[in-house]
Amino acid sequence: MKRLSLFTICLIILIGSWVVLRFAIGGIVSVPIPGSVIAMYMGLIIIAVLVHISVEDSLFREFLRPIHETLVDNNLRVRRRVIAVLIPLFLLGYTHSIIAQRANPPGSPRDAHPSPPLELTYKDEVIGTMQDVVNPFRHYEKDDPEAFKAHVENGRRVYYDNCFYCHGDHLDGQAHFAPYLQPLPANFQDPGIIPNFQESFFFWRIAKGGPGLPAAGTPWDSAMPIWENYLTKDEIWDVILFLSDYTGYQPRTFGEAH
Amino acid sequence: MMKITKKRIYLILGCVLVGYALLAVAPVFAQDATEAEYRAFPKIGSRSAAWIAAQLHLLFGSFILGVPMFAVIIEFIGWKTKDMRYDRMAQEFIKLCMGAFSTTALLGGVLVFILIWCYPKVMTKLSGIFGPTMIFYVILFFGETFTLYLYSYGWDKMQGRHKGWHLFLGVLLNVFGTAIMFVSNAWLSYQTSPATQYGVLSEGRRKSWIEEKLAADPALTPETAMEGVTSHTMVPLHNETTGEFMGTVWDAVNNFTWMPVNIHRLVGNIAFGGSIVAAYAAFRFLVAKTKEDKAHYDWMGYTGNFIALCGLIPLPFLGYWLGREIYMFNNTMGINMMGSLFSWLFIIQAVMIGVLFIGANYYLWSGMGRIEGAEIYARYRPYMITVIIICVAIWMTPRTLSKISTASELSAMGGANHPHLGLFGLMTAKNTAVNIIILTTFLSFLFYRRSGKVPTANWKKIGNIGISALFFLATVSIVVIGIVGFSVPTDLRVNILTPYQVLIALAVMAIVTIVDIFMYRKATTSGTIKWGEMTDRSQYVLILVAITFTSLMGLMGYARSGLREAWHIFGVMQDTSADAFTPLLSEAVNMVAIIMVVFFALVGFIFWLGLWGEKKKQEDAVTTEAVATAEGDD
Repeated sequence: MKRLSLFTICLIILIGSWVVLRFAIGGIVSVPIPGSVIAMYMGLIIIAVLVHISVEDSLFREFLRPIHETLVDNNLRVRRRVIAVLIPLFLLGYTHSIIAQRANPPGSPRDAHPSPPLELTYKDEVIGTMQDVVNPFRHYEKDDPEAFKAHVENGRRVYYDNCFYCHGDHLDGQAHFAPYLQPLPANFQDPGIIPNFQESFFFWRIAKGGPGLPAAGTPWDSAMPIWENYLTKDEIWDVILFLSDYTGYQPRTFGEAH
Repeated sequence: MMKITKKRIYLILGCVLVGYALLAVAPVFAQDATEAEYRAFPKIGSRSAAWIAAQLHLLFGSFILGVPMFAVIIEFIGWKTKDMRYDRMAQEFIKLCMGAFSTTALLGGVLVFILIWCYPKVMTKLSGIFGPTMIFYVILFFGETFTLYLYSYGWDKMQGRHKGWHLFLGVLLNVFGTAIMFVSNAWLSYQTSPATQYGVLSEGRRKSWIEEKLAADPALTPETAMEGVTSHTMVPLHNETTGEFMGTVWDAVNNFTWMPVNIHRLVGNIAFGGSIVAAYAAFRFLVAKTKEDKAHYDWMGYTGNFIALCGLIPLPFLGYWLGREIYMFNNTMGINMMGSLFSWLFIIQAVMIGVLFIGANYYLWSGMGRIEGAEIYARYRPYMITVIIICVAIWMTPRTLSKISTASELSAMGGANHPHLGLFGLMTAKNTAVNIIILTTFLSFLFYRRSGKVPTANWKKIGNIGISALFFLATVSIVVIGIVGFSVPTDLRVNILTPYQVLIALAVMAIVTIVDIFMYRKATTSGTIKWGEMTDRSQYVLILVAITFTSLMGLMGYARSGLREAWHIFGVMQDTSADAFTPLLSEAVNMVAIIMVVFFALVGFIFWLGLWGEKKKQEDAVTTEAVATAEGDD
């Protein structure tokens, strides 16, 4: 059997990688991957291929050989003509895919996470600096487990009375109202949400809701109500305890780090 | 009729440029000369002017501080091994440094003038706090200047029995250089974190801080005011009501982020200096006409890349430490950096660091092509490329995809985060990836080192099995720790798990290096290194690495400075100028690109001047030799 040329192998690797990313990983294994991320990965794979073929002169020559043959060998003129037609067609299709009008609305330009203020407030009362404020009931976890349990239970009640319509039964952001909201409600089951922020951050987001989001990183489009108008301070702290208790994730702390 | 010569064209062009410059700065003279909070720099604005001057000063400063560090080590190696090639190369490095030294000082002067003119109030405040350090800085600067002159001009004179003293001068030069950097780092790190921990605070500030607490809350007593205060408690250096500076000069110098910035920059300077030297050597290699020159600059490029790699390997760890300290100082600043305003900058950073690692590996693999007997390692290359590319892909995968996805894609993902790839956006995945990239790069270097050598140690088989097992176990451990990192509290991950990953990678590199040295101590050679037989492509990669380093430093400078947002001194002195907004990432990228081009134009010019002088000397030497030969023939 004739051995495949290096050029063909590289082509197979590139097309194969795209198929795996687009259909296998972004379809069978998981949900679809955005086109921009696939483009980013494909860019890296092209770099990997180029690195491999250009490190050694002999490999580079071997890679270029079929291209050279196609261009100069008269026995390969059919292949040459086919390619001469295919390349402009590909470019035409690619250009069309970029400039064609679509009905899709643009994606959201919002930041990953809003920047919290330096001071944490409840209505007009200053609680303290964002850095230093801790959940006043957190210490019960060690000092008085029964009291802690009571606060978590209260937090559970507050959550299912007010929050679950958007954030879901299982705190995963998949709720009745969720499909109609943009951006989608936070998924607390995601390991990148609760462990990355202090409890004071969650207090701020709950208390101030969508309208309290900062000037930086606009435009915001959050449907989150201003919960400080409806919940007491203690209820907000309790619901934060419930979020971490239910998901098993601990909010960020800055303990004896040094 | 007047003859149009090249000289005249340059003269006319020069006059036009000077005229334009004078016109451009004319509005400066129209501004109010009385005391002002801010003055506007003409045309480009104060911030852009200060930005360009500061970044160019930093790039040149980094180069002239980094190069002497490895020059003195190379000189020492040459002295000990009695191999004059090392000595000559170290001298050549210092010559490059000499050329850039005056430009660094010049740019420093320009920066100071811009700052004093455009930001008088800020400078008054800073000089009021740091006055004594500025005097110290001047003394250090004189020390560095004269040491550099002695070190450079005394090179040929101080050979032989004076070599030890010459090396001492080299070490002294580095001490002065490092001290200068530490002093100036104090000023800028203080602007970011004007606070320090109670444990290292001066007695005076401890007292005044407690007094402030008591005055703010009459219910407190001196005892209750100290409740919860530990040696790690962060204490602001200013009165929180009046904004008046209350600490000592040392308190201000020893602010919370000072040491992480110092260490990060110190190692960064080595990497940057190595990359610029390698780029210089690459350029000389590409234009070299003789085999000897090609061989020399090939070797110089290899050394520069090796130095850059030595600096690059610990840099991600040190950057992580700096980031962690920023989070510790102020959580809002940390969120702004990694999760909010500047988060996309760190995706660009990942791409650029990926380029650096891929480039460094590419150069090593290319270099193996000029070593006879290196072919046996070529079969591992595709796997190593695959590992590096997968790790770079993980490192550069954004956490939140909302800005780069269409509404339908977001809807298909069920949110802004991809349920699986979104995990790559978290630090535990990225730290795992970077540790594996570093181990793979080290493996490339190990193969390079072994190329052309055959070990004679009778335990080589067991040694190789042990080394392979060590790499395997380290990789598995790093991955397992990374996976565990998803489900533990952040405190534990940041302070325990991530340092363990780093320690594993460092330990493997240290152990394997020691074992390898012993295994190859009496190795025989299977072939020679054909210096000068590198591909041109590999030389362009060295230039690319230097460009990437420069751009990366510029971008990180934007992040470090931008993190303060609308504050000259974070939380103390607000920026009320027209430039108080944080520039867009696109604006920053454009600015950094301009700075990078200007930097390379200046560096190119300085190096060209050096070459010019060298060429003239060579021509004179050839003429003298020819005359002497002719006279001899007579």
